[in-house]
Amino acid sequence: MKLSYYPGCSLEGTALDYDQSVRELCAHLGVELVDIPDWNCCGASSAHMTDHEVGMRLPMRNLLQAADSGHDILVPCAACFQRLRAADRAMRDDPGHWDIAGASHLPEFEIVHISTFLARPEILEKIKEKVSRTLSGLSVACYYGCLSLRHPHVTGAPDHEMPVNLERIVEAIGAVPVNWSHRTECCSGSLTMTRPDIAGKLVGDIATAAKRGGATAMVTDCPMCQANVESRQLDLGGEDDLPVFFATELIVAAIDGRYSKKQQKVHLVSPAVVSHCFDSTATEDSV
Amino acid sequence: MNNSTISPESRNQKFLNKLKEREINVQACYQCGRCSAGCPIGEFFDMNVMEVVRLAAYGMEEPLLKSHTIWLCAACETCATRCPNDIEIAGLMDVLREIALRKGIAPAEPKVPLFHKAFLSSISHWGRAYEIGMIAGYKINTRDLFSDMKLGLNMFLKGRLKLTPHSIKGKADVRQIFSGQGKEYDR
Repeated sequence: MKLSYYPGCSLEGTALDYDQSVRELCAHLGVELVDIPDWNCCGASSAHMTDHEVGMRLPMRNLLQAADSGHDILVPCAACFQRLRAADRAMRDDPGHWDIAGASHLPEFEIVHISTFLARPEILEKIKEKVSRTLSGLSVACYYGCLSLRHPHVTGAPDHEMPVNLERIVEAIGAVPVNWSHRTECCSGSLTMTRPDIAGKLVGDIATAAKRGGATAMVTDCPMCQANVESRQLDLGGEDDLPVFFATELIVAAIDGRYSKKQQKVHLVSPAVVSHCFDSTATEDSV
Repeated sequence: MNNSTISPESRNQKFLNKLKEREINVQACYQCGRCSAGCPIGEFFDMNVMEVVRLAAYGMEEPLLKSHTIWLCAACETCATRCPNDIEIAGLMDVLREIALRKGIAPAEPKVPLFHKAFLSSISHWGRAYEIGMIAGYKINTRDLFSDMKLGLNMFLKGRLKLTPHSIKGKADVRQIFSGQGKEYDR
């Protein structure tokens, strides 16, 4: 299977390890990723929040760059996914409005967020076959955040209030998803630099809810959520901060049967709960 | 009626037309309050989401453009997703921020638009976001050099901040987008 791939800027920087885990996982699954040639930034929240034309035209350029190959586009970043979908919808609804060459004959590709792709039954089966070591008994809070789900008119997410993709994915590698309240709450990633006080409050509420649900780790598919929820917990001065993992990072570890030192190092909160799953001598007490 | 604050005569038709053009039907609001109830940042707002929609329906853009709310909204889309009348409330916030910037109205949360500006200037320059450059630009513009130094250093030591920007080939396309493409007929 061949897919166009849009990594997005975060996956070249703060979430570089997310990019690596997506590529490794797709190699394991026999999915060939073709990077969209010369892709540009999707504009993220900053563009659409302050300049509608720029916010639409930046992702549109990427869609036109992807048009030649015509494959479905795989997007790991929730924000990029939402912006590409919004641009796709706008361009298909009214191609003439945008006055761009090529807008009226876009091929029929689908823009797919990583978890939607991984939660397909046939992909889950493949993952289960490949797993060499399960994350047995690890209690995780699956955290979706906003942009892979909302607005459903744009994302096409069928269960935007009660999504299940991440839960299905972590179950496939032997982790136990907990029931908890804040799965689709916003962590205010776009305010994390400008109003860290607000980000701290929202992240604190989310982490507290995850712990109340019985989780010892969080799993997400959004690079902004991952960075924001790990980093802003540190400001709150608690002692039992929850590490936040990318779903793909955990799948790769379960397939490889090891959680690499390099990967452990990128976390701001200790990822020991996961490394212990791969430590054959680990006992309950040592966690 | 002319003496009241809210009057049909004082409605800003240009603002209402802009909303119509973007298919944001603020007139459909019957004030059920689901938008305000679900807003994750509502407790920090000076004007709740439902008030924003109502004032917009009256064409009362002035208090909206001066509000903290429009800059603190994180565009999480919870309000618009839950609106029983399908009002694109997050899109309304986008329109308000854009008008406020174009009118040069002093933002109630000055750091927020400065952050967006630093982010967009990085994209317009390289075609992709360059985190270190963007953060430096933001910090210089806000004269807030020292907040989050520890976090920045930590991210850097963990290899999560890339030192050099990635420059795309199609910079001319990006430059054209930032030059106001699509806005030729706006004024």
